[in-house]
Amino acid sequence: MALTFAERRQKWDVKLSPFGFISPYFLIFGVFGLFPLVYTAVVSLQKRNLIDAEGAQFIGFGNYEQLLFHDPYFWNSMGNTVSLWLLTTIPQILFALGIAHLLNRRLRGRMFFRMGMILPNITSVAAVTIIFAQLFGRDFGLVNWVLSWFGAGQVDWQAGTASSHTAIAAMVVWRWTGYHALIFLASMQAIPSSMYEAATLDGAKGWQQFWRITVPLLRPQIIFSTVIATTGNMRLLAEPLLFNPGTAAATGGSDRQFQTAALYLYEQGFAKYDFGYSSAIALILAVATMLVAGLSYLVTRRISTD
Amino acid sequence: MRPKTRNRRIRLLAGVGAALVALTAVSACGDSGAAGGKVKLSLGLFGNFGYTDLIKEYQAAHPDIEITERTAAYSDHHKNLAAHLATGAGAADIEAIDTGYVAQFKATPDKFVDLNTVGGDKLKDRWLGWKWAASLGKGGQQIGYGTDVGGLAICYRRDMFKTAGLPEDRDAVSALWPTWQAFFETGKRFQAQAPQGVKFMDGGPTVLNAIVGQAPQGYYDQNDQIIVGSNPALRQGWDLVVDAVKANLSAGLLYSTPQWNTGFTQGQFATVTCPAWMMTKIKDQAPDTAGKWDVAAVPGGGGNWGGSYLTVPKQGKHTKEAADLAAWLTAPEQQAKVFTSKGLLPSVPSLYDDPKITGYTNAFFNNAPVGKVFTDAAKKLNPQYQGPKAGDVQTEFGNAMQRVEQGKQDGPAAWQQLVGDVAKIK
Repeated sequence: MALTFAERRQKWDVKLSPFGFISPYFLIFGVFGLFPLVYTAVVSLQKRNLIDAEGAQFIGFGNYEQLLFHDPYFWNSMGNTVSLWLLTTIPQILFALGIAHLLNRRLRGRMFFRMGMILPNITSVAAVTIIFAQLFGRDFGLVNWVLSWFGAGQVDWQAGTASSHTAIAAMVVWRWTGYHALIFLASMQAIPSSMYEAATLDGAKGWQQFWRITVPLLRPQIIFSTVIATTGNMRLLAEPLLFNPGTAAATGGSDRQFQTAALYLYEQGFAKYDFGYSSAIALILAVATMLVAGLSYLVTRRISTD
Repeated sequence: MRPKTRNRRIRLLAGVGAALVALTAVSACGDSGAAGGKVKLSLGLFGNFGYTDLIKEYQAAHPDIEITERTAAYSDHHKNLAAHLATGAGAADIEAIDTGYVAQFKATPDKFVDLNTVGGDKLKDRWLGWKWAASLGKGGQQIGYGTDVGGLAICYRRDMFKTAGLPEDRDAVSALWPTWQAFFETGKRFQAQAPQGVKFMDGGPTVLNAIVGQAPQGYYDQNDQIIVGSNPALRQGWDLVVDAVKANLSAGLLYSTPQWNTGFTQGQFATVTCPAWMMTKIKDQAPDTAGKWDVAAVPGGGGNWGGSYLTVPKQGKHTKEAADLAAWLTAPEQQAKVFTSKGLLPSVPSLYDDPKITGYTNAFFNNAPVGKVFTDAAKKLNPQYQGPKAGDVQTEFGNAMQRVEQGKQDGPAAWQQLVGDVAKIK
């Protein structure tokens, strides 16, 4: 029997409406996510000046070949990226666990402390970085002043590789630890207290309870936080850029000692105007980020849940 | 009936949602232009051009024009401008460009209004010949009107020189250093009796820029080839500055960084290479040091460092009005005002014999006759050809000298890496 127009419309409605409801997300993703990604991939196959799009030439994988096999500064920046990833992600997760544990108990004004944790996260990256760069200043920095109480000499934080990475990691860890701590805290509160009571009866100390009960039960949140932190920390740009403001900001130190891959991309694209080359860096960095995120997923997944 | 109405309502919502998305996309590009009948012009600047009073004056004379200033840091400004030209949106109606970058931007003259087509060709004789020529595109298009030139001098702290047992008087100080060798010898004398925590100079890169600016050829030859590795003047200057750094004369600060700015306020150094625009910087940065600074001649004759242009990007809505404003701001009368208010050295030679300019003294710098010092320097100046990426080469020079100052490399190793690094600049 043939359907009436109204019935047919109803049928199409049921079938198509859901797509309509989810379409805003995909439209926005398509415009601001997918299109730039594909466009970047196309540009990465070109020799192209940033401000001269008409003069672009297709050169195949030339940019990638140059990057991967003939460019020591690219590998230097990848090394810095991985080093900063380790120096930021691991302390961030460990501190966040510890802080969440401390906040997950009855203490006076705990609401105040919990709110305080998120404060660093809602500040402006640029402003915070500029202030940290002052704190880590060579001649008049607060950090060196405190260190001088213990007889340490003046550290030129920007000059060394280890010292500059430490300073930059401090900014990132300061900024993001509270965010992860709140995520951990929320799930800690969902752990039934009966489990701890049972463990106490069995004679487990607080430390044992933390490692044997709390951490395993937080596994999904730890995986989430590690992957999120990894994807953020693999593309650090503002911190290394503003740690050394001025004409040489994009090179990340006098010897590129803290130039991350994202900063190298910025230098090639916006200081040297090599749009094709910087697009190739962007894609390789995206692949590297996925690999490292996958790696951190595999590592955190190994937290035992017995 | 109910499910149907709900469906319809949801469909309506989805439609509104999609419309909102479309709206935000559209409204993002529709916020400039003439509002309330006034032509709105924006001015994209870096540092301190001293235009605030001039803008008021211009607006008073042109009630239908409203002007806003946007100021960014030096390197951010030029990177943003490149991005705005690349995307075809976001540039101010007038954009300032520094000498170090102008060659790079004139390589794409079609992004800018050719000022010759809007009356610039008739104004040409205002400017120093080389200033006019340096911003011409390959096809003879003029992309920018010259604002100031740098010139060169040495700013020094009288009080510190006195403590170190050196003469304070500017003529006597100038006589101490006819050459850069003599300059650094003076530095060693200074350092031997320097006040606690004070170095003779701010940093190697600053001095090196001045020495490079005086050489007959700089980073490039006339064919736009980078000749850093084969230009003996650069290597000699490099070696001189490296020796000075090793003799502990440098505070190890890189120019245009916050640490360097702090150095002015804290009095960490006794001399700084002083293009005319540097005087504004010192005054803005360390107002408390009024009267302590003075200006002496630069070793080795004349020279230039910096100076800027005002360009009119084609993407602007009111390029005609913008070009008129740029021409007015760079006219001799206005350049004279900027010199006496902010110390920026005019790029129009007709002013170099104007008693208003030559007779000008700067109270902040102990009433130094800066009018005479800088116009003398400007007359002696042999213009150096600036290649396309002079700004980037200069950055690499700064980095290389920093590696020496930070003790990461010795002079020859840093130089070798520098030559390799600038070879990659295309």
